[in-house]
Amino acid sequence: MATRRQFIRISAMGAGAVMAGAAGLRLLASEITDGRKASYVALTGRTPTYCEVCFWKCAGWVYRDDKGSIQKIIGNSEDLNCNGRLCPRGTGGVGMYHDEDRLRKPLIRTEERGMQSFREATWEEAFDYIAEKIKVISAEHGPECIALFTHGSGGKYFSTLLRALGSPHIAAPSYAQCRGPREVAFQATFGEALDSPEPLDIRDTRCLVLIGSHLGENMHNGQVQEMSDAIDKGATIITVDPRFSTAAGKSKYWLPIKPATDLALLLAWINVIITEELYDKPYVEKYTYGFEYLKEHVKNMTPEWAYGITTIDPTVIRETAREMANASPAVIVHPGRHVTWYGDDTQRLRAVAILNALLGSWGRRGGFFRTETFELPEPPHPAYPTPKRTWRTEFPDLYKLADTVLANGVCDATVPDPSRNCKFQGWIVNGTNLMETLPNQANTLKAIQELQLLVVIDTMPMEITGWADVVLPECTYLERYDDLRVGPHRKPQIALRAPAAKPMHDTKPAFYMARELAKRLGVIEYFPFEKMEDQLDWQLKQVGSSLEEMKKIGVKTFDRTADNLFFYPDEDVEFYTATGKIELYSTALEGAGFDPMPKYTAHEEPPAGYYRLNYGRAPMHTFSRTANNPNLTDLMDENSVWVNPRVAKEWGLSTGQYVHLVNQDGKRSEFPIKVRVTERIRWDSVYMVHGFGHQEKKLRRSYGKGASDTNLITKVLVDPVMGGTGMRGNFVTFITDLAGEEVVS
Amino acid sequence: MRYAMAVDTKKCVGCSDCVVACQTENNVPIGYCRDWVVEVMDGTYPQLEIELRSERCNHCENAPCVRCCPTGASHIVDGGIVLVKPNKCIGCGACIASCPYDARYPHPEGYVDKCTFCVHRVSQGMKPACVSVCPTKCMYFGDLDDPNSDVSMVLKKRKYKTLIPEAGTKPHLYFLI
Repeated sequence: MATRRQFIRISAMGAGAVMAGAAGLRLLASEITDGRKASYVALTGRTPTYCEVCFWKCAGWVYRDDKGSIQKIIGNSEDLNCNGRLCPRGTGGVGMYHDEDRLRKPLIRTEERGMQSFREATWEEAFDYIAEKIKVISAEHGPECIALFTHGSGGKYFSTLLRALGSPHIAAPSYAQCRGPREVAFQATFGEALDSPEPLDIRDTRCLVLIGSHLGENMHNGQVQEMSDAIDKGATIITVDPRFSTAAGKSKYWLPIKPATDLALLLAWINVIITEELYDKPYVEKYTYGFEYLKEHVKNMTPEWAYGITTIDPTVIRETAREMANASPAVIVHPGRHVTWYGDDTQRLRAVAILNALLGSWGRRGGFFRTETFELPEPPHPAYPTPKRTWRTEFPDLYKLADTVLANGVCDATVPDPSRNCKFQGWIVNGTNLMETLPNQANTLKAIQELQLLVVIDTMPMEITGWADVVLPECTYLERYDDLRVGPHRKPQIALRAPAAKPMHDTKPAFYMARELAKRLGVIEYFPFEKMEDQLDWQLKQVGSSLEEMKKIGVKTFDRTADNLFFYPDEDVEFYTATGKIELYSTALEGAGFDPMPKYTAHEEPPAGYYRLNYGRAPMHTFSRTANNPNLTDLMDENSVWVNPRVAKEWGLSTGQYVHLVNQDGKRSEFPIKVRVTERIRWDSVYMVHGFGHQEKKLRRSYGKGASDTNLITKVLVDPVMGGTGMRGNFVTFITDLAGEEVVS
Repeated sequence: MRYAMAVDTKKCVGCSDCVVACQTENNVPIGYCRDWVVEVMDGTYPQLEIELRSERCNHCENAPCVRCCPTGASHIVDGGIVLVKPNKCIGCGACIASCPYDARYPHPEGYVDKCTFCVHRVSQGMKPACVSVCPTKCMYFGDLDDPNSDVSMVLKKRKYKTLIPEAGTKPHLYFLI
């Protein structure tokens, strides 16, 4: 067999690359002077923080140099999310602070939307402008016609503001564009959503099954750390992915599945585990509901049946099912995180949940543990007014199991429709670049044009800021206090974020912004503390700590007060489902008119000459928000499109060449993307890292670098159960002739 | 005392955290690096293997960079760590050309720079920044003369290799395979 060997220096600036570059060697001795910078930095003082570069929120220490400038960030060793080790993005968080393209002043739109015509404004002006518009919208349409989109700590304060005004419409793209189907599926099965960080006992697992989940490329810090521990302890890893991911490279079994067929494989695994009687019998008998229905349901879904669909050898399907059963209950069929793929995602995640239930991994060591979240008293404030209308009442029959406001739903309901008597008039967007977050950009733009008010709060000029009426520049997480992090884990913990430096430029924390707006809108009583630090100190004193103590330790761990981390042997467990049991047969789904047990349906295949567009993460970037971070851009400054050599040969493509991608609807990538010819990708799909191809020119380092996958996702496969936006049903082909085009490289 | 490092290629995920941590610890200018990550892929779909490894100066016992340095700027200190004295360095680049591992780069301030094994941390009993930060704990550091050091222990337990052994440089950077 021919061997193709690829040697890639991942970090963009290898010494070799620099030698060939512009830096060159200075050979004149006269240019070499004394008093150069020390090779390391004398540090003064450290301040506790928790990271905001992604949602994992690892706690760390921020160190300053002798001039008071932020120099480095190191993980807090007490923190259960990171165990003293930040990921590259957390370590590179310093770049968020130093980025010279940061937003510097409040901005108010002066001309047409999209034209980037803004004037600098004072904070007073900006707040007055927003408050005035909110008053008008509230009077004319009701306060519930204002929605918040949030992804980040600042969202909490704008959420308080909106609730105080009478709007329940707080949407997070982390739901319907990401983990929503998983939460609904696990809720339906075990009576509990998984939340973040997920309660996976990976460090003690004996078998980890990853289905399209590319741990190691998605740097969910604690999970990557625990996967490494599991490798050390000899755990078996089974990876299902059409792409040879980093995790696949660490796996005993890599199942190079045909894209969009995962559910067939999951059902075949369930079939093997039931027909070979490999399931945890006492567990299934004691804790589950509907086993006999399930047995009947999957009886024909054999590995041979799945072979024709998935292209995975039946022997391998059986062997891997037995591996899982051998490890049971210390086995995790990983629920994944970004799971909005094909529109039947809740059902696919149901199959994942069912498989875990059959293997007895829920509530067991090496499987799923029971989390505990620290209960922190909220500052006292009056009850929120009851909203007159909600998104739910406007869409009574849609997405019945959605238990949160859908970001895409708000977007859809902003476009006037004769079937609705209300539409959204104002959006507040905090820390999420909606243009790169919501699929179908044309739809998002259409909605934006309908708005009376669009406020964007961010640290960086993003695509979405270009469409705003008012831009409020937020200081970075390194320059502000925020609420304490209380997230769920093995033990209850709190973590403090305190400012390590004064806000650079004319930037402010979100807490201040929301409170100033509350003042102007007559709802200041919902913000009883004038300063965040006073609120924190008040909260901390209620639980036997203080701001002073937390500044010294950063993270405080408490003993568990609730049940044991895992089920006791024979423990009687009440699950929060209608039957009180783990529902293999879902009464909730059935009641809402959906299949109570998952069924495989074939998804559309790429037409001839097109390839399924798959996308994912790189460990050094978070969404589109880090693409301009100087430290992280240094590691990866553009994405590439991965192409199998067979496909490359057909199209005459070679590594390093730039091409355009165009999708099934004729949507062409805004910028050309570099080809990476690699055996690591199947011939029926291409792959690219999400978050590149920025169209915002103010992002000087990342403008035009690589291509945006979101840009090519015009077809959205909506999950009827909860409204998730499946994004993996788009197909692309190549345009190789770039005559007359400038390539930014 | 002979300081050495071992990198576990079975655990490294290539995240490049070691590279950023080194930059912020050692004030390495943006656009340069003292350590980096290499991915080597072998095979054809679907029979594939990947090796990921974090690389840096090998702190060779028989260091070509030290031998060829005309000013004595490149030198070996206690513990076998290869260092460059910026004030003695004339930036001639002979060391860069002689290094089989491509581990040195011309610092924009006019001297040649490279990994120091974080000697400023190691001398205070800490581990190098890259070792301390690694989320997968894939790096082991310590004294080869101490049989109980992390690096000695792991080299006893595991199969390993060095890079370009035929260059005869006696490197102190090991890769667990």
